[in-house]
Amino acid sequence: MTVAQVTPRSQRRARTMGIFFCLVSLSILLLFMPSTQPGQTTTFAFTERSSNALGIADMVFRTRVGLYLMALVAIFAGGWQLTKGFERVNVVLGLVVGAFVLAFLAWAARGQSMNMTGMIKSSLLRAIPITLAALSGVMCERCGVVNIGIEGMMLSGAFFAALFGSITDSAWLGLLAAMIGGGLMAALLAVLAIRYKVNQIIAGTAINILATGLTSYFSSRYLQKYAELNNPATFSPIPLPGLSKIPIVGPALFNHTLLVYLTLILVVVIQIMLYYTRWGLRTRAVGEHPRAADTLGVNVFLTRYVNVISGGLIAGLGGAYLVLSSVARFDELMTAGKGFIGLAAMIFGKWNPVGALGSSLIFGFADALQTKLAILAVPIPSQFLLMAPYLVTIVALAGVVGRSRTPAADGVPYEKS
Amino acid sequence: MNKKRSEDASIREDTSSVATNSETALRDKVRKTRGVVWRSLLVPLLATVTAFAIGGLVIIATDESVYEAFQDGIGRGIVQVFIVIGRAYGTFFTGAFGNPAQIVEALFSGNAAQIRRAVYPITETLRISTPYIFAGLAVALGFQGGLFNIGAEGQYFVGGLVCVFAGYSITGLPQIIHLPLALLAGVAGGALWGAIPGYLKGKTGAHEVITTIMMNYIAYRLAEFMLDVGGPMARGDGRPVSPEIQLSAYLPQFFPNRVDLRVNAGIFLALGVAWVVWWLLYRTTVGYEIRTVGKNPDAARYAGISVPRVMVITMALSGALAGLSAATDILGVLHFMPNSFFSGYGFDAIALALLGNSHPAGVVLASLLFGAIGAGARNMQGMAHVPIDITSILQGLIIVFIAAPAIIRALYRMREPEEDEELALARG
Repeated sequence: MTVAQVTPRSQRRARTMGIFFCLVSLSILLLFMPSTQPGQTTTFAFTERSSNALGIADMVFRTRVGLYLMALVAIFAGGWQLTKGFERVNVVLGLVVGAFVLAFLAWAARGQSMNMTGMIKSSLLRAIPITLAALSGVMCERCGVVNIGIEGMMLSGAFFAALFGSITDSAWLGLLAAMIGGGLMAALLAVLAIRYKVNQIIAGTAINILATGLTSYFSSRYLQKYAELNNPATFSPIPLPGLSKIPIVGPALFNHTLLVYLTLILVVVIQIMLYYTRWGLRTRAVGEHPRAADTLGVNVFLTRYVNVISGGLIAGLGGAYLVLSSVARFDELMTAGKGFIGLAAMIFGKWNPVGALGSSLIFGFADALQTKLAILAVPIPSQFLLMAPYLVTIVALAGVVGRSRTPAADGVPYEKS
Repeated sequence: MNKKRSEDASIREDTSSVATNSETALRDKVRKTRGVVWRSLLVPLLATVTAFAIGGLVIIATDESVYEAFQDGIGRGIVQVFIVIGRAYGTFFTGAFGNPAQIVEALFSGNAAQIRRAVYPITETLRISTPYIFAGLAVALGFQGGLFNIGAEGQYFVGGLVCVFAGYSITGLPQIIHLPLALLAGVAGGALWGAIPGYLKGKTGAHEVITTIMMNYIAYRLAEFMLDVGGPMARGDGRPVSPEIQLSAYLPQFFPNRVDLRVNAGIFLALGVAWVVWWLLYRTTVGYEIRTVGKNPDAARYAGISVPRVMVITMALSGALAGLSAATDILGVLHFMPNSFFSGYGFDAIALALLGNSHPAGVVLASLLFGAIGAGARNMQGMAHVPIDITSILQGLIIVFIAAPAIIRALYRMREPEEDEELALARG
C-alpha cells in the first residue's frame, strides 16, 4: 500500500479490524474457556459410516489446547494488523472468523464427538437452494432488473416439480417442469418490468404474492386431495467414481444428487460467461449503462428478457431441488424465505456467482450447525444460533466487508429515445 | 405554453372579459381536477374488478361439479358455472359486508341479537382492516422517504413483544394510563427495530431491503425464543404463548360483552393515525424533508438536509406504525401474543402501500378493501369450500394491474393519460 492511498477512513478501518481480531481472541478465552475442564478432549470425526470412502483416523485433541491455539491465531492476526497491517485484510478476516468458528465447535463438542464430514456435507446441501436463488438474482440484476420475486419463482418451480414429477413419474420431467414454472413467473416479471416499465420491486412483490396464492390454492384443491399427485420421483445420489473415495471431502462433496453438481457447474459457467464472453460483456453493459450499450447496437430489451427468463429457470431449479432431492413432496410455502436469503447472499457476494456461492455456504453452515448443536445439547438457545447468519450479514453489509456496489442501472426501466 | 400566450393576448385585447375568462378557466380547472380524481380511482376500480373476474375463472376452472355438469350437456354446464360463481362470490359478499336484506330486517325488528348477527361481517371487515391500515401506512411512509421497508413484519413482532410485556407485566394502573402506555410500548419496539436499518442505511449505505429482511428473521427468532415453552415471556402452562394482558390494557370494544364481535377502538385509532401521517408528511418540516429525501437525496443534501438523520427518522416512524399494528392486534383482539411465524402483514403492507399510491387516504381505502377480501374469503372457504388462498391470487392480480395501468387501459380501451396524471410511484 503506497502512502498516497492511506486515507483517514481506510486507516480507521484498518485499526477497527485489528481491534476486532483481538476481541475475537479475547472472546474465545472468556466465552469458551471457563466451562471447559482441563482434561476434556474433543473428537472431530472424518468418516461417514454409510460412505465407501477411504478411512481416516478421528482427530482427538485436548479442548483447552485447541482453544488456546485458536485464540493465539486471532491475537497474532490482531497484533500484526495493528502494528504492521495486512495487505489483504479481508482474507485475514475470513481466517480469524474461521478460527473463532473452529474454537466454538471444539468447545461445543467437548467430551463428545462431532462429525466434520457430515457437517460439511450438510452445509453444502443446505446452501444449494440459496445458491440457486442467488444465481437467479445475479442473472437478473447484472442486466439491470431487480428481482425480489425469486421466492415466488422458486415456489412455482417446487409446485411444478411435485405435480409433473408425480404425473409423469420421472424426476427429469419434474425438473423440466420446475424450470418452466420458474421461467413463466420470470416472464411475467420481465413483461411487467421491461414492457410496462413497472417499478421492479413492486412487480417482484406482486409475483411473490401471486405465486404464494396460486401454489397454495392449487395445492389445497388438488395435491392435498389426491396424494398420488404429490409423490414425485426423485433423484438419487450419484457418487463420482474415484473422487467420492477421497477421505474427508469425498463423501462430503462428491456423493450427491445431480442437482448439486449441476448447481456447482452453473456457478462456474455463469462466472466465466459473465466475465469472458460476449454475452457477459453485453449483460454487464446493459446493467451499468443501457444507453451506451444501446448506442453500440446491443439490444437492451432482448438482453433483459433473455437474462430475466434464464434467472427464472434457475430459480425454478432451486424449487425443484427442494422437492426432487430432499423431501419428495410439495408443501405450501415450503421455500420459507430461501429466495430472500438468496438475495442477501447475492448482495453479500457482490453480484458475483462465486461470491454468491461463498455466502450461501455461510448461510448453509449456520443452518447445519444449529441442528448439530441441538444434538450435542449445547446450552445456547438454538434461536440465537439461527440469528447468527442474519446478524453476520448485517454487520458485513454495514461495513466490515466494505460497501457493495449495485449495478448502476439496477431497477431502472430503459426508455428507448 | 401556447394556450397561455393566447389567453394573455385575449386578456390584453379585452379587459372587460377578464372576469368571465378567469371564471371559465376556474370551472375548467375544477372539471379537470374532478376528472383526475375520477380517473385515479377508475384504474384501481377496474383493476379490482378484473382481478375478481380472473379469480372467478380460477374458481370455475377448479370446480369439479362444473366438469361433471358439462358432461351432461353444455346447457347444464353453463348453468352450473353460474351456480358455482354465484355461490362463491355470494358468500364472499355476505362474508365481507353482510346480507343487506338481513341487515335491514334486523334494524327494523330492533332485536339486539339479530342486529349483532347481521352486522358481524362488517365488524370482521373493520377488524381485519385495522392492523392493515397501520402496516400499510408504515410501508407508505417508507416509500415517501425513498426507503423500501420490507421489514414491517419484524417490526410487528418486536413491537408486539414489547407491547404485550407492558400489557401483562404492569398491574394496578387505571386504563387511561395503562392503555396508552402499552400502545407506546408497541410504538417504541417497532420504532427501534425500524431505526436500526435506517441508521445503517444512512451511516454506511447498507441496503435497507436486505437489512430489513435480515431484521425480520432476527425478530422471528427473538419472538420464538421469548415465547417458546420455558422462554422468558412464556405463559408457563406448556403453550408457546405470552400471558394474557391486564384488563386495563384492553382497547375498548364496540360490543364489550360479545366475544365474537371483535371490532374495537383500534379502527378509530387507525383513522386518526392515518390523518396524523398525512399531516406529518404534507404539513410539517419533517414530512417535507422526508419527501425531499425520497424524491432526490442529492438535492436534499444540497439543500442542507441531513440525509442520514432523515433516513433514521423515516424508518423509525415506519417501524413505529408497524409496531402499532401489532399493538392493536394484541390490545384489541388477541389479548396475548402467540408464537406463530409470518403474520403476513409485511407483504400485504407493501401491497397496501402500492394500492394506496403511498398516500394515507389511499392506504386506508386499500386496507378496507383488503379487510373485506380477508373477511369475505374466510366465509367463502367455510360456505363454498373455495380455498382461502384465493385472497393472495386476488391481491397479486390487483397489484399487477395497478402497477401496470397500461394493461387495464388496453383491456378497456381507455385513452392514454396526460403526463401529469401518471401515478407517481416511490422509488425502489
